Amino acid sequence: MTEHMLTIDGQRIPFTEGQTIIEAATAAGVYIPHLCHNPEFKPHGSCKLCTVKVNGRNCSACTFPAADGQEVLNNTQELNETRRTITQMLFIEGNHFCPSCEKSGNCQLQAVGYYLNMLDAHFPFFYPSREVDASHHEVMLDRDRCILCELCVRASRDVDGKNVFALSGRGINSHLIVNSTTGKLKDTDISVDDKAVHVCPVGAILIKRKGFEVPIGERIYDGQDIGQVSLEHEMPIVEEAEHGR
Amino acid sequence: MAGKIKVATTSLAGCFGCHMSFLDIDERILALAEIAEFDRSPLTDIKHCSDQVDIGLVEGGLCNAENVHTLREFRESCKILVAVGACAINGGLPAMRNHIPLQECLEESYLDAVGVENPQIPNDVELPLLLNKVHPIHEVVKVDYFLPGCPPSADVFWKFLTDLASGAEPSLPYELVHYD
Amino acid sequence: MPCTPSDMKTVADIVARHDADPTRLVQILRDVQSTFRHIPAAIMDRLAAQLSIDRAQVQAVTEFYTFFSTEPRGRFDILISDSITDHMLGSREIAAYLCERLGVTPGQTRADGQVSVDFTSCTGMCEQGPAGLVNGYALTNLTRDRVERIVELVNDGTPVSQWPREFFVVKDNIHRADLVLGTKLQPGSALRWMFQRGLDSTLDEIAKSGLRGRGGAGFGTAMKWKFCREATGSTERFVVCNADEGEPGTFKDRVLLQSYAHQVFEGMTVCGAVIGARRGYLYLRGEYLYLHEPLNAVLAERRRAGLLGSNIIGRPDFEFDIEVRIGAGAYICGEESALIESMEGKRGVPRNRPPYPVTNGYLDQPTVVNNVETFAAAALIALKGGAWFSAAGTEKSKGTKILSIAGDCARPGIYEYPFGTTMAQILADCGGTGAMGLQIGGPSGIFIGAQEFERVLGFEDLPTGGSFMIFDQRRDVLEIVRNFTHFFAHESCGFCTPCRVGTSLLKNQLDKICAGHGGKADLAELTHISKLVRATSHCGLGQTAANPILSTLERFPEQYEQRLKAISFEPGFDLDGALEVARRMSGRDDAHAHLAQEA
Repeated sequence: MTEHMLTIDGQRIPFTEGQTIIEAATAAGVYIPHLCHNPEFKPHGSCKLCTVKVNGRNCSACTFPAADGQEVLNNTQELNETRRTITQMLFIEGNHFCPSCEKSGNCQLQAVGYYLNMLDAHFPFFYPSREVDASHHEVMLDRDRCILCELCVRASRDVDGKNVFALSGRGINSHLIVNSTTGKLKDTDISVDDKAVHVCPVGAILIKRKGFEVPIGERIYDGQDIGQVSLEHEMPIVEEAEHGR
Repeated sequence: MAGKIKVATTSLAGCFGCHMSFLDIDERILALAEIAEFDRSPLTDIKHCSDQVDIGLVEGGLCNAENVHTLREFRESCKILVAVGACAINGGLPAMRNHIPLQECLEESYLDAVGVENPQIPNDVELPLLLNKVHPIHEVVKVDYFLPGCPPSADVFWKFLTDLASGAEPSLPYELVHYD
Repeated sequence: MPCTPSDMKTVADIVARHDADPTRLVQILRDVQSTFRHIPAAIMDRLAAQLSIDRAQVQAVTEFYTFFSTEPRGRFDILISDSITDHMLGSREIAAYLCERLGVTPGQTRADGQVSVDFTSCTGMCEQGPAGLVNGYALTNLTRDRVERIVELVNDGTPVSQWPREFFVVKDNIHRADLVLGTKLQPGSALRWMFQRGLDSTLDEIAKSGLRGRGGAGFGTAMKWKFCREATGSTERFVVCNADEGEPGTFKDRVLLQSYAHQVFEGMTVCGAVIGARRGYLYLRGEYLYLHEPLNAVLAERRRAGLLGSNIIGRPDFEFDIEVRIGAGAYICGEESALIESMEGKRGVPRNRPPYPVTNGYLDQPTVVNNVETFAAAALIALKGGAWFSAAGTEKSKGTKILSIAGDCARPGIYEYPFGTTMAQILADCGGTGAMGLQIGGPSGIFIGAQEFERVLGFEDLPTGGSFMIFDQRRDVLEIVRNFTHFFAHESCGFCTPCRVGTSLLKNQLDKICAGHGGKADLAELTHISKLVRATSHCGLGQTAANPILSTLERFPEQYEQRLKAISFEPGFDLDGALEVARRMSGRDDAHAHLAQEA
C-alpha cells in the first residue's frame, strides 16, 4: 500500500483516505487555527479561520478532503493576516468584554487573537443587543459572546440527543435559540453534564458558580498558546478516529 | 542629546488603572526619564498639550462630549497616538451600557431608581453630555498603535516605549498580549 | 396572540393539506403567514408537535425567510421592489407617496392592522416597474394614479382577488427570440424522440450540444446528469428545477415559466428519464407566486396528456411527476445546496461541498439541480439534437443565452442571443446606445464601462445568468453600488464569518464614503474588506458580494475619490446625533451640547 501524502508549507504530511486537511495536519502535529472545528464533531466550516490555500485556492481545512499531491499553504503571513481580520470580525459583531468574562484565559476566541498577535479589533463595533438567559439553575447562556460556531448545536444533537440549541435568523441577525416554548433554557431538558454545556469555545455557555475559579497565571492559555494546547488535546482524538476508519 | 521624547497621557472613560499599571514600571521610570519627558498628563497635572508631543497615550473610551474634545486635542498635538487598554480599544466595561438605551440609563440613574431624591436629569452646562453609546477611540480619530490589556502590564508600556525610543517598530511578543 | 380552537383547526387543516410532511415546512409556514398575517408563537408550538420536529426548527425557519414574520403584518401586506432598476423608474418616490397616503411607516403595520408597507429585494419585474407585491402577488407599473386606487381599495378593505386585473398584468416583452424562444415544442415530442433515440444517446446529444448551466456558473449539463446517473448507493434520484430567480435584474425565467412552461417541464422529464428519477421539483421563488396556479394547471394538463405520472407516453417503465415548491424571500436559496435545504424545510444555508448534490442532494439522494433555461434548452436538444444547438455560439459557449434587459434603454425586455454577441450589438438592438455602464450578471456579476462594449457574451468573457442592466450618464455609479451592497448584506445567510460580518462592514463603509465622511484610508479599508470577503467566503454569495465595489473601483476610481475628504479621519457615525438623547433629556442646546463631525 502506498502512503498518501500532501504537503503543508513544504512539509510532507501523510494522511489516510477520508481525512480532511485539518485532520491530517493535526495528526502530523501541525496546527491550523480554528474555532468552529472540534474533531469530536462533524466538520462545520463556518468560522473560516482555518482557511488555507490548496494548490493556490482558498479552502476551509476543516471540511476539505485531503488528497494526494495537494500543496497546502498554512502558516503564511498572508493567511495569518486574513485570519486575524476574521477574528477581528468575530470580536466586533458580538459583545466581547474580556476583563469581565468568566471564560477569559480559557477562551479560544481570545487565545486565537493572542496567537495571531491581534492587538485591536480594527473595525467599528456593532454592539448588538443580545439576550442573556440566566433562567436555568446551573447553566448560563450569554449570547453576547456567542460566535455562532454551532458546536453546542452539534453536541446537543449528535451526542446528547436533545436538540437543545439551534441557529435562527439570517445574516448579521443570526442568533442562537433554545428549543423550548418559552425559548428559555430552564424549559429544556439540558443538564450540566451534557456535552453541549462543555464545548463552547467562548464564554457563551457557562456552568454557574464556576466563574474565575482558576487564578490568573494558571488558566489554559496563560502558559501555552492555543497551537500547543489544541494539538495536545486534538491529536489523540484524530488518531483514534483514524484507527476506526 | 537633541531633546527628550515628549510623552503625554490622558484618561477618558477609564478607571486610571492603565496609568497605575504604567507606574508599575517601578525603577525603570528613572531610565525612562533619561529619554522622555512628560507633557500633558494626570501625572504632571499639565492641562493641555504643548505644540508637538511625540507620543500620546490615551486610556479609556469615549462616553461623553468632553472625551471627544480631549481626544481630538490629543490627536492634533501628538505625532503618535496610542490607544491604551481595553476601554480605549473596545469601549471596555463602560461600553457594557451600550445595549441599554441612554434614555433608560438616565431615567434609572436620576429619575426612577429607589432612593432618588429630587429626581431630575442634571443639566448644568459644565457637565459634559453623554453619547448614546460608549465608543472606542479608533472610531473617532486615527490611532497609530494599540496596547491591549485591562490594564496592559508595565512590561507592555516599557517594551512599547523603548522600542519606539530606539527607532524600532514596536511589537508585542506573545506573553505580553492580553485582553484582560 | 392567543390562538382559538378554530385557529388551531385551521392550522391542522393546513398541516393535513401538506400531508404533515416536515420537508414542506416552508410551504406550511407560507400558508400560516397568509392566513394569520404572521407566525404566532402558539402556532409554532402546534406545528412542531404536528410535524414531529423541533420547535426551534419552526422558529429558525420562520426567522430566516423575509416573507415570514413573528409580528402581524397588515391585512394588506405591500412590498415594494427595491432593485436599482425599480429605483430608476421611481419606486422610492412611489413608496413614499404610498406610505404618506396610507399613513404608514415602512416596516410598521398600521395601528388598525389594515396595511403594512415595506421594501423587498428585486421582484423580477424590472422592465415593468416600479413593481411590488400585495399579499404575495406581483404588482407592476406602479404609478401615482395606481397608488391612489390602491389606497382606496386598501381602506375599503376590498379583497386583493377583487382588485383590477390590470394591476397584476405581467407582460413577456420578448423582443428577440432565437433557438430556445423561437422553436415551438409540441408537448411530448421531445420525450418521444428521446425514447426513439434511446436514453444514452439522448445524454450524448446533450453532451454534443455543449449546453452549460444557464444559472450563471456554467457547469456542463450532460456531465452533471451523468454524475447523478452514475451515483451509487442511492435509493432514489431527484430532478430539481431552480426557479428561484433572485439575482436582481433577472426575469427571463419568469417569462419561460409564464409562456414556455411545457418546454421547461419537458426538459425536467427528459432529465428524469436520463438519470432514472421518479420525482421532480420546481422551486419557484416566492415573488412569482402568481405563476403557481398556472404552473399547476400545466402540470395537470401534462398528466392528462400522459406526459407525467406513470406510464408516460405509453411506456410502463417510465414514471415521473413534478411538484412546485415555493420559496419565501431568500436570495441565497438560488444557491443549489441552500435551495435543497429549503426544500427539506430548513433555513437556506449552503452546504459544505464536496459532497455535491449530484451524489448527495435532496434527502441526501443524488439530485440534478438545473436552471429553468437549462431545462428549456435541454428539451429542445432532446428533440433536435446536439448539433442543432452547438451550431450557435462560440467555441467555449455553445448555443444561445436569454437576457433580461432593464434600465436605461428604449426597449427593455427579453432578448435571446447566440453567445459571442457584442455588448454594442445588444445595446443597439434594445435602444441603449447612451449607456455609460452595464451591470452584467446582476450584482454578483461585473460592472463594465463604455470602453468595453466590444466585449462579448460568453463564459470566456462576460458570463451572465441573464441579468443585463443598463445605466446612462445620469446615473450615479456609487448609488448603484450602494444598492447592490445593501442587497448582499440583507441577503447573506449568516453562516460564515467573512460574509455575515463582512457584507455589513462593506455596507457601513460604503455608506460612510457616500455620506462624505470618508478619507483616503477609508477607501483603502473598503478595498481591504472587499478582497477578504471575496477570498474567504463559504459560497458564491459572499465570494461575489464585493464585485460591485471591486469592479467599479477598478473602472471608476474617480467616482470614489471625489467623495473623499482631505482629512485623515472622520467618524462613520453621526457624532452630534449621538448627543441628541442627552440634549433632549437635559433640555440643553448650548455650544457644549454639540459636537462637530470634523475635528
